[in-house]
Amino acid sequence: MKYLDDFRDARIARALAAEIAAEVRPDRNYRLMEFCGGHTHAIFRYGVTDLLPPQVRMIHGPGCPVCVLPVSRLDMAIRLAKEEGVTLCTYGDMLRVPGSKKQSLLKARAEGADIRMVASTMDALQLARTNPGKEVVFFAIGFETTTPPTAVALKIAEAERLENFSVFCNHVLTPAAITNILEAPELRAMETVEIDGFLGPAHVSVVIGAQPYEFFAEEFEKPVVIAGFEPLDVMQSILMLVRQINEGRAEVENQYIRAVTRHGNETAKAMVAEVFEIGRSFEWRGLGDVPYSAFRIRDRFAAWDAERRFAMRQGQALENKACDCPKILRGAAVPTDCKLFGKQCTPQTPLGSCMVSDEGACAAYYKYGRRRVARMEAAE
Amino acid sequence: MKQHRTWTGVVEMGHGAGGRDMADLIEGMFVTEFANDALTGEEDQAILAVPAGRLAVSTDGFVVSPLFFPGGDIGALAVNGTVNDVAMGGAAPFALSASFILEEGLALADLHRITCSMAEAARAAGVRIVTGDTKVVERGKGDGVFISTTGFGMVREGVSLSARNVRPGDAVLVSGTMGDHGVAIMASRAGFDFETDILSDCAALNGLTGAILDAAPNTRAMRDPTRGGLAAVLNEIARVSRVGITIREDDLPVRPGVAGACEILGLDPLYVANEGKLVAFVPQEEADAALAAMRAHPLGLEATMLGTVTEDPDCFVEMETAFGGRRMVDWIAGEQLPRIC
Repeated sequence: MKYLDDFRDARIARALAAEIAAEVRPDRNYRLMEFCGGHTHAIFRYGVTDLLPPQVRMIHGPGCPVCVLPVSRLDMAIRLAKEEGVTLCTYGDMLRVPGSKKQSLLKARAEGADIRMVASTMDALQLARTNPGKEVVFFAIGFETTTPPTAVALKIAEAERLENFSVFCNHVLTPAAITNILEAPELRAMETVEIDGFLGPAHVSVVIGAQPYEFFAEEFEKPVVIAGFEPLDVMQSILMLVRQINEGRAEVENQYIRAVTRHGNETAKAMVAEVFEIGRSFEWRGLGDVPYSAFRIRDRFAAWDAERRFAMRQGQALENKACDCPKILRGAAVPTDCKLFGKQCTPQTPLGSCMVSDEGACAAYYKYGRRRVARMEAAE
Repeated sequence: MKQHRTWTGVVEMGHGAGGRDMADLIEGMFVTEFANDALTGEEDQAILAVPAGRLAVSTDGFVVSPLFFPGGDIGALAVNGTVNDVAMGGAAPFALSASFILEEGLALADLHRITCSMAEAARAAGVRIVTGDTKVVERGKGDGVFISTTGFGMVREGVSLSARNVRPGDAVLVSGTMGDHGVAIMASRAGFDFETDILSDCAALNGLTGAILDAAPNTRAMRDPTRGGLAAVLNEIARVSRVGITIREDDLPVRPGVAGACEILGLDPLYVANEGKLVAFVPQEEADAALAAMRAHPLGLEATMLGTVTEDPDCFVEMETAFGGRRMVDWIAGEQLPRIC
């Protein structure tokens, strides 16, 4: 495939692997966090780790949209979906995420709730247009990448005066989460791992640009390399991070220059700013309440805000206490540390959100990495 | 060229009520198009003379949506799917039964098109549709038409294929490109507005299985990777035969259009369904002969030697990635695409 095979070329991969191996110092480790689930997935799917020297250790970050949604917000969606006359629609991965009391959207659907999987917000709007007798609610999740399409949907709903459409907004912000991982004192107390550098988000950065990361590269003296999602992107970015660390630099570098600019997509950012404002605090799974880390719908669009229309209330969630997703999400544990991993919790029967999505660290470990895990256990 | 009757109107409840409407549908459509001695419409059963030996029987239900898709339709699928399941047992399929659940309101012209497609597929596969059943459900209780078929075939003398037979050292061969059917279905569904020129690979594989068994009589097992894709077949074989399997991504045939669609939709061709491909597990010494036989057959032109069976108490399936690493190939979790067959 043109434009894809070029970024998956095994010969270039071997050359990059040799360069990384030559660059790393034998006497130190390089703990690099890939923030995005997209990177986690690529690392496992293409076997990138096999090409890295042992000094380079990848730590999987919280950048998986369905993984970081707190159970209490999912419970709200499930409760709403069960209301008479409501059609709840959302992206596919969300359907299987377990909420309180082993409920999920998929189970609610089997019990009679009208829950639809959509591929885009335009499909959700179309559902509202063609079902005027139903309250169509779009359960919006995701980082800065999926926020602009939700903004477009709200603007269209306003323009068309589409009264039976609303959005349950759960859009979250990447820079706030990275800052939180680096600075929150309560996290430090909770055995947060030391991180030497970050692979910066790919698609998120297409929207927000490279500039937002400059603050914490400077403030926390951690290098950031914005990396594309193809395996060669990941390898090249790792090389760039290793070089920065060796040279004592902490800068924002952009490996993904074919898509990311310093300021990002101005049109998308303007549209998001028109429709959303940043809320004072939002609960993240694994990170807890993170200040100024999520969008809420502006008053102008209040009529299309499901939380206001249905007077939705966030309750107390019942999480499985043995589930280590919260620690795994902030890099303080690896999936195999969890007692449930591969036993009670598998992709078929996920107990935690990290086992659901392809971008979740547990699902990636389970699906692609168990042999490595088995070898490691045998070696111990 | 046979003159086909032109059908107008829609399926009504009366078409399943046992009266004249039903008789007209059965005689005028099914018996006429399926045309064979065993199927008369007068008897409650078909009576067939069969040779002595081992009989392979397989049954399958078809609920694909949409009914018509690029490269096939539910009728062709209902014949080929069951023919293939019989053929994978090393049997030569000769007869099928067909049971129709029709939804009130289905256009009779569409049903006729599906019936003709079944007749055509049966002719191509060399099987007869010898008995059948028709039921009608109220509008909204079905989705146009659901078809169940059962296939019968005689197992070739001396051949013993089983998922349990696979041994370390065996070669894993695949008959062609992966994922064509699933992507063709996906692309033809409402809601995914992208265009591809990918056709379903829907085809009867009994000719190909015969050619493989001629060339490699000690073949251990054959499977057609339908739902769950190639990954499901490899994991099933690994689990049942208590072996590991290693495949090479470089030798995995995938059409560029399928690869592209999978990129866009977030699918993996290893998990996407096929309806006209098979995987054969063959002892190393017969592997080259089997591959040559596959490539000499019109349905195996793009066949490859995909990997090997290994000794592995964990029964893992792994892939050497084209990128130069290794990864597990696990079972599919949840549903990737509902109602593809």
